[in-house]
Amino acid sequence: MAKFNLNDDSVVVIVGSGAGGGTLGNELAQKGVKTVILEAGPRTELQDFVNNEWESFTQLAWTDMRTTSGNWRVAKDFANLPAWIVKSVGGSTVHWAGASLRFDDHEFRVRSVYGNVPGANLIDWPLTLAEIEPWYAKAEDKMGVTRTNNIPGLPGNNNFKVMEAGARKLGYKEVHTGRMAINSEPRDSRGACQQIGFCFQGCKSGAKWSTLYSEIPKGEATGNLEVRPSSMAVKIEHDAAGKVTGVVYADEAGKTQRQKARVVAVAGNSIESPRLLLNSASNLFPDGLANSSGQVGRNYMRHMTGSVYAVFDKSVHMYRGTTMAGIIRDEARHDPARGFMGGYEMETLSLGLPFMAAFLNPGAWGRTFTSAMEGYPRMAGMWLVGEDMPQETNRVTLDPVAKDKLGLPVASVHYDDHPNDVAMRNHAYKQGGGINSGQDYVPIGPLAPVWPFRVYLRNTIISQNTADKGNNDCHVSAMVIESLGHNLADDSTCFLTAPGDLPLGRRAPDCPGITHLIR
Amino acid sequence: MREVDPRSRFNRRNFLKGAAVTVPAAAIVATTSLGIEDAWAEDATALSPSALKTMVKVARDIYPHDFLADTYYIKAIKPWDGKAAKDAKIRTMLESGVGRLDQDARDRHKLAYLDVPWEADRVALLQAIEQTDFFKAVRSDLVVSLYNQEELWPKFGYEGSSAEHGGYIKRGFSDIDWLPKA
Repeated sequence: MAKFNLNDDSVVVIVGSGAGGGTLGNELAQKGVKTVILEAGPRTELQDFVNNEWESFTQLAWTDMRTTSGNWRVAKDFANLPAWIVKSVGGSTVHWAGASLRFDDHEFRVRSVYGNVPGANLIDWPLTLAEIEPWYAKAEDKMGVTRTNNIPGLPGNNNFKVMEAGARKLGYKEVHTGRMAINSEPRDSRGACQQIGFCFQGCKSGAKWSTLYSEIPKGEATGNLEVRPSSMAVKIEHDAAGKVTGVVYADEAGKTQRQKARVVAVAGNSIESPRLLLNSASNLFPDGLANSSGQVGRNYMRHMTGSVYAVFDKSVHMYRGTTMAGIIRDEARHDPARGFMGGYEMETLSLGLPFMAAFLNPGAWGRTFTSAMEGYPRMAGMWLVGEDMPQETNRVTLDPVAKDKLGLPVASVHYDDHPNDVAMRNHAYKQGGGINSGQDYVPIGPLAPVWPFRVYLRNTIISQNTADKGNNDCHVSAMVIESLGHNLADDSTCFLTAPGDLPLGRRAPDCPGITHLIR
Repeated sequence: MREVDPRSRFNRRNFLKGAAVTVPAAAIVATTSLGIEDAWAEDATALSPSALKTMVKVARDIYPHDFLADTYYIKAIKPWDGKAAKDAKIRTMLESGVGRLDQDARDRHKLAYLDVPWEADRVALLQAIEQTDFFKAVRSDLVVSLYNQEELWPKFGYEGSSAEHGGYIKRGFSDIDWLPKA
């Protein structure tokens, strides 16, 4: 395993070890490029994961202080937890569900297809589905996505079977156990899914793709990659010419270190990446790095989301088996006749009893709540997830007051639902409810209220991050920022618009941008 | 379908972990109602036994599950005594919260909260203090300290950790048998 000197300015430094950073680190290492990954969290290996929701949350979640504002319900229910993401090597690939969809064609050209949507900051992507398809194919092969590359789909669990029966009755056609980066059979030195459940708590069998054990060890085996855990990047430094020179970070003891670099790639997720760029403000770049456009942190996207739980008269045991191996895609199309732009998916979702209590209807109490809880074994769950509109005012900024333990401003996340998001959510609730009530063999028990707190950090942010927004040098995963001498790259935080569900490109940044970077 | 046996699998290691260790075993057996003689609250260090007992009643009124014995609510509430012992602000918040609740109960029913006989009447008293720091703190703590007790999971049909049992691949992940044939 490599160990590079702090003063070695020939290394590439990557901030973050998740989908973007972990993958980039391995790809660079395979090509012989000396690379240091700075990961804010500790290295928690697969055998350390626990099948216990709160204990796992304490072990893996990013719980450092953040603040929120806006009309989204999260700001009220979880004011300091705008997103459930991971602070550990592997980042949120440790707890992601594994759903691996492609963008639909129209999702690359939303400005052209949707036209002018008031309040929405839509633009077309500078690439097409056809251009990105070979890269999708490569990523799907690398990650072992089911229903691609002749990999069979996962078997459906009880929760899926309930959803499928209701969906068929409603006339939905595209209903299956999803395209999942979870092995349905042994592949790439990883075993097949054991239907453990607890996908969000870290996959203890390793069947689910995660940079923690899929990419990073391969990179480390080359001798070109060093992953430095418990290393929180606090500032990117540059020279008088504006060229990046290295990254200042706090080590495990809280002591400040400085790793020199020839290239810095920022892959710290859609909240911490803009925070780092903004906290790196200097005399030369007073508004923060890569922010001459003022766009860093803007257009924060998180999906239209909601959950539907229903209690049936007989047992479901929804928590058994793969959490999200179940999807209905019929509503993913763009069809303005439904009263909104874009589309959404419905996917199976379950929570264990402890999280169900906390998230079913945050703040609720009394017998209405407890009778729903007592229906837990007979409950089926579904997640509604769709495209949300980019809005300039939905934004990650530095909190003017709150500081972290190093004295640096924390990230503040402002989010207001766009009317299109609300219209889509209402449609999705109606359809999701219909899937349950359409099953005439069961009386509906207390239908759990919706839970707008989304579970994953999705393909968020930022940034439309160049002066000419229409000509973004963004190739899905890596963005080279011209003003910084081509040596600062940004990861997946440069999604120009949000798709219906987390697109594969978000997690598989083996994409043209990185090729460009290596060249 | 494989159903879940609601009887608690007594797990000494888990049960002794955490707050339960402070609940005398005799009290657990004896606690069928919250009489003044109950022993479990007597070793409280910061809060008065009656304040703790009131809080246990509040806990049951917030999340009423008739099939749960008081022991689960006691285990969920008892740690507040330790927190109050360490932090005077918490102690004051809890004492004044219970005091206000008792005062409201006396004003309306001429009884302390604990002695108001009907749940609906007690719930109305709680609704009146829903926005107070006391209620918010107790409820938001309780939603974890109650539902995160492993001993009560089987009663809700939840099986907890599964990896050490080989997951559900051979234990009923797809054993639903009541759906109509497609």
